[in-house]
Amino acid sequence: MQRYSALSLLRGGLNGQKSWQRAWRDPAPKSHYDVIIIGGGGHGLATAYYLAKVHGVRNVAVLERSWIGGGNTGRNTTIVRSNYRQPALHNLFEFSLKLWEGMSDDLNYNVMFSQRGAMFLGHSDSDMIRLAERGDAMRAAGIDAEFMTMDQLRKKLPLLDLSDKARYPIVGALNQPRGGTARHDAVAWGYARAADALGVDVIQNCEVLGIDRVGGKVTGVQTTRGSIGADRVGICVAGNSGQVAAMADLRLPIESHLLQAFVSEPVKPMIDMVIMSQSIHAYVSQSDKGEIVMGGDPDLYPTYSQRGRPDRIEGVAGQCIALFPALSRLRMLRSWAGTTDMSFDGSPIIGTTPVDGLYLNGGWCYGGFKATPASGWTYAHTLAKGEPHALNAPFSLDRFETGATIDETGSGPMPHHR
Amino acid sequence: MSGPMRLADGGLIDRSRPIRFVFDGKSYQGYAGDSLASALLANGVVLFGRSFKYHRPRGVMAAGIEEPSALVQAGSGGRYEPNSRATDVFIYDGLQSRSQNRWPSLSFDLGGINSLISPFIPAGFYYKTFFGGPKLWLLYEHLIRQMAGLGMPPTQADSDIYEHRAAFCDLLVVGSGPAGLAAALSASATGARVILAEQDERLGGSLLTDPATIDGLPSDQWITKARESLIAAGGRILTRTTAAGYYDHDLVNLVERLTEPGQTPGPDGLAQRLWRVRAGRVILATGAFERPRLFEGNDLPGVMLSGAVRTYLRRYGVRAGSRAVITTDNDDAYRTALALAEAGASIAAILDSRPGDSVRSALVQKAMTQLPVHFGAKLIAAKGSAKGLKGASALIDGKVTALDCDLIAVSGGFSPIVHLHMQAGGTLAWDELSGSFSPDQTRQNQTTVGAAAGVDGLSATLLNGWTKASPKAKATAAPTCASDDDVALNIIADWEPAPQARLKKAFVDYQNDVTAADLDLAWREGYRSVEHLKRYTTLGMATDQGKTSNLVGLARLAKSEGRPVPSVGLTTFRPPYTPVTLGVLAAEATGAHLDPRRRPVLYKTHAAEQPIWQPVGYWHRPRAYPMGTENLHQAARRESLTVRTKVGVTDVSTLGKFDVSGPDAAIFLELICATTVGKLAVGRGRYTIMLREDGMVMDDGTVWRTEENRFLLTSSTGGADRMAAHLSYVRKVIAPDLKVAVANVQEHWAAVAVAGPLAKAVVAAVLPQMTVPRHMSLDRGDLAGVPTLTLAASYSGERAFEIYAPSDQIAPVWAAIVKAARDLGGCLYGLEALEILRIEKGHIVVGGEIDGRASPHDLGLSKMLRPAGGYIGHTALQRPAFAEPGRLQMIGLEAVDGSAIPEGSMLLTAPKTLPVGHVTAAGLNVIKGGSIALGFLRDGFSRTGESLIAWSPTRNQTAKVKVTAPVFYDVAGVQYRD
Amino acid sequence: MLLIACPNCGPRAQAEFTFERPLASIVTPTETLPDLIHKLFTRDNPRGPSWELWRHTYGCAGWLKVHRDTHSHQISAALPVDMETPS
Repeated sequence: MQRYSALSLLRGGLNGQKSWQRAWRDPAPKSHYDVIIIGGGGHGLATAYYLAKVHGVRNVAVLERSWIGGGNTGRNTTIVRSNYRQPALHNLFEFSLKLWEGMSDDLNYNVMFSQRGAMFLGHSDSDMIRLAERGDAMRAAGIDAEFMTMDQLRKKLPLLDLSDKARYPIVGALNQPRGGTARHDAVAWGYARAADALGVDVIQNCEVLGIDRVGGKVTGVQTTRGSIGADRVGICVAGNSGQVAAMADLRLPIESHLLQAFVSEPVKPMIDMVIMSQSIHAYVSQSDKGEIVMGGDPDLYPTYSQRGRPDRIEGVAGQCIALFPALSRLRMLRSWAGTTDMSFDGSPIIGTTPVDGLYLNGGWCYGGFKATPASGWTYAHTLAKGEPHALNAPFSLDRFETGATIDETGSGPMPHHR
Repeated sequence: MSGPMRLADGGLIDRSRPIRFVFDGKSYQGYAGDSLASALLANGVVLFGRSFKYHRPRGVMAAGIEEPSALVQAGSGGRYEPNSRATDVFIYDGLQSRSQNRWPSLSFDLGGINSLISPFIPAGFYYKTFFGGPKLWLLYEHLIRQMAGLGMPPTQADSDIYEHRAAFCDLLVVGSGPAGLAAALSASATGARVILAEQDERLGGSLLTDPATIDGLPSDQWITKARESLIAAGGRILTRTTAAGYYDHDLVNLVERLTEPGQTPGPDGLAQRLWRVRAGRVILATGAFERPRLFEGNDLPGVMLSGAVRTYLRRYGVRAGSRAVITTDNDDAYRTALALAEAGASIAAILDSRPGDSVRSALVQKAMTQLPVHFGAKLIAAKGSAKGLKGASALIDGKVTALDCDLIAVSGGFSPIVHLHMQAGGTLAWDELSGSFSPDQTRQNQTTVGAAAGVDGLSATLLNGWTKASPKAKATAAPTCASDDDVALNIIADWEPAPQARLKKAFVDYQNDVTAADLDLAWREGYRSVEHLKRYTTLGMATDQGKTSNLVGLARLAKSEGRPVPSVGLTTFRPPYTPVTLGVLAAEATGAHLDPRRRPVLYKTHAAEQPIWQPVGYWHRPRAYPMGTENLHQAARRESLTVRTKVGVTDVSTLGKFDVSGPDAAIFLELICATTVGKLAVGRGRYTIMLREDGMVMDDGTVWRTEENRFLLTSSTGGADRMAAHLSYVRKVIAPDLKVAVANVQEHWAAVAVAGPLAKAVVAAVLPQMTVPRHMSLDRGDLAGVPTLTLAASYSGERAFEIYAPSDQIAPVWAAIVKAARDLGGCLYGLEALEILRIEKGHIVVGGEIDGRASPHDLGLSKMLRPAGGYIGHTALQRPAFAEPGRLQMIGLEAVDGSAIPEGSMLLTAPKTLPVGHVTAAGLNVIKGGSIALGFLRDGFSRTGESLIAWSPTRNQTAKVKVTAPVFYDVAGVQYRD
Repeated sequence: MLLIACPNCGPRAQAEFTFERPLASIVTPTETLPDLIHKLFTRDNPRGPSWELWRHTYGCAGWLKVHRDTHSHQISAALPVDMETPS
């Protein structure tokens, strides 16, 4: 792999950018792989990378229907944090956060992981108790969490409405200083490039049409580029998990919903952190480019359309202006939508399936981006060993059958109740 | 005259109305009808701004909303708007505008250093450097963020207001050029209700640049007549109104701008309005964008789109230069050349990339007689600086030729504006000769007409709009134009720059500084999907969203790929079409009006007592009624002690209340409630819990049999809406055949709770004619002349009653009860005392112990469950995890070290171990003192007596605690009985 | 935003409605545990036509059966909840 560095940029500048190589190859599919990963998003590419790097499994293909990173990897609001209340969740996401902290150097690709702090605002004493519970649970697990005083908030975020006239007056905040944002596309590209360098075939424009099974065991996949054999197949197509799993006659605890997000026109720095709220279901941050990135609740009905409802965007705009009144005169530049796998307890599914040799990674609801490295790491472990890692063992497919659900918000068994 | 570049006459500006405005601290004069761009150009200003990455000097390129470069900051204070396109701001008296993304000034910008190091910062350079860990990146990033961004952010709340309006119509026409007007007239003539939306401040579209004779009238008169006839037919005409988004089922959002950026609105204070138009049909007459071309220095001030040059000339009476070079691949630019010549400018050359043997229209032939026309010719480079152009070099007859010019008018063909068609789910067809996509299939009820549909020439455009708008329209009745006005484009798209042009100075995306060389580099590095190319280089991601650049970039990618343009794909067209102010998206629903605020019916009565308020969902309820200098905790302590020793009164009107009646009412309630209901005697009530379908506890409350076939069900305040929906679902979907009616009586009944050892005496005093009901019984009686229902139920653990009265008659009931209680030494108590009392009794609460993760078993309520099952949640409770060891079970906690148990803290068996549980709610032993709490503990039911640590690292609080049963007061349960 | 023809109120914007669940996921308390798990906790999740239960929450508050394509969003039927679903 051609190393990237300041020196390589200097060289590129001096030779008219002639020295740059392809970031990843464009290989034709082989007839057989040890492992095939369906889905070239961040999670699938990370899985391939860790399979090759950690487990030495290099005869791996990532099959992408379209272009890598084109699903929810390229459609999220890029927030990275591990500030969850439930231990199974904060353990997984904290492991992820630690991988994020080394990712740019590990991949030799700057994913711009920016630890600007990710903060939950509290708007009442009961909000503050729930935040304390979250923070205490995190701290007990060795994860950073700290309250910010009103003075600290005023200093850090001078444009935040801290008045008591607000509909939900802000009374405090729980910050995770190590939380922040990353450049989403770069994550897919960085993993693709690093996996490719380890021998993984990243195959774009290759749609899986069927999953081959002999005697109940997976033998490979049918694709738009022919049939490809495999010992193990990992599904990693959040948003479309149900569609792909149905190829192996599986019915999943997942509904496909839609989540929208939007950005403003870019301005000079005005919001220095990732802001979320315990009472207002919106989140705001500012990208390096200067755009204010905003999102909120999903559209709450099943759809694969990737076309959002305008009233949802309008609601989120109102919520964000309520937090930062100065946002009112900024303009929404671009809105978009992603199809999300809504699981029935709000937590992901990473593990084995009833089909021998077939594995599932999905159900990320609207929180998958931050998990990218840990998802890849634990899924690679599961695919290599045939059984889950301790971190993803709780996220089994059968937990709805057994009742061992992991419900962070406690909002119940319907995706639209979240 | 306002400025040296203004022509002596002509244009659609009102020369009788001079307007003064400020740009970068200097005062200028323009005329009513001027855009900021035209007024500045008229004054000889050529430098408008700096580009995003290299801080290159930029002028104005376009005359409309597609402008990528001339962005300004307008207004101030609560009306300040960054990133406003100078081409899309109409000047008004007092307009304050500034250039942006430059420091210290527009003409001397230190950021311009980026231009010098541009060889080392090609597309995507930031992915290849700044390594060394997140701490180091944060430092680099700080500098990058200062450099990035465009305008300065607003810092104040908005001064103005916004509103939403809904509208319906048979036909929505977007765009009021010749096609749109013809369409609106045609539909209107058949009686259709028409809404016509135009983003400009005047109707006319291309007719404002190219006046014509239509139906024998000068086009300005024809437009006026069209407007009048549309209005006369009941149509609605919205100018300065942009169709921003086309959504499912023919919903189109229109944004109407009632003010210009920074402008003070009229007396109603409205800055903008969002129209949600649900249209029977939509006609998209959105026109076409002219495309720039690739040559070196194509971004310099003085390089403009050909159509824009003509618009400034004709509409605004501004001649953007005195010696022009035209570069074109079509006939339209010849109109610009002739117009410039007519206005006294000299034409250095018309560089037509089309081959010399191509068909020549009358227009071209006319130009050839007057002007230096060169076929097969290309521009190589523009030369100039922030001060303007100093000339150009061109490839003419195969030779590099120097040209003297101060203006370059560029036409790289036209791209139909298909954004709304694509947002609506349409598909596109490619025309190789003109190099353009135009609408093909539609998915919704929309039709694209005119230039947006690739229709060429004015007469065809008028006919197209007329006939497509109405199936009944007769082609013979369509508006017609004079033959002179009927100019065809004859585009022969040619994407290839002159071989001599240096591509690293040939810009594709002007605002984001993406050059042709950047695109080629990204392709070489493997970013070959159109989406990868876009995201890697940031092509088309600037505030203009690639309106002029996308197709040029696509063509470049197609060349690299060696494939035709349509096969390399398109990026998705997403709302909004042009950027939309967040304020108008939100309208009223922000700030204090973000969500409704519900006030209990006794709100004013409580307010007179000056309580501390507490939000509960949308509700605001009294939390405590402090006396004198009491703080919250002192007041709550006093109130709870008064309840324990005397009597207290509180308002419980916000509780969920449901009237369930009919022969099958008991059967229905046994679906809802996990406890036994059917055996309840008339006049009796009992505590109950309701489960979700997955077996978790959803809510708790009481159920009362008021008559043989009638029950009153209560539930928590916070869960009342959810309970209402749940009851409706069960009634209408699960058990539609039951003979039962469910009415939500939450706001019909108000209720007053009286609790304490003297509660019975209070009830006896206010309802002397009624026998005071025993615990979990009810009775009726008139109180202060109001019919009331008294339920004997205790939440506090004391003898207690809830007295229900119709909401509109609660005031005298409340007053009488409060007086009676106070006469006996009692007081009002709020939610905080209620919380203290319920914790002491171990009563669970939604949002506390009812956390959506607890089963009835976890809450110690197994014995209440109806053994026969049949209730919602029963089946799911049979899942094995509910019976496995290690579950979090509800327990009580007592502080043993005198400290307060922190709410929400973690329970540890020893320091530095992982938590085994947590505290849900903490309070105090009201009479004895001392901190107590409720919580969840792994296998907690069997751990009574165990010592634990309640640890809150975020608050630096610790308490040593002992596990107890979750009840601390009156364990035997005698206080609430007679 | 969808336009849903409420059988009681006529065509209304989606903002007035809430999606409840696919009709196939309606479970009664008499369901066996395996049936409940199958219906409540798994989905066909089709990319295409689907029968769904919606509520006109901010209108008549009635429940309706909607036949809707989850990709094109075309709605081919919106029936009162007590009406038989065409097979």
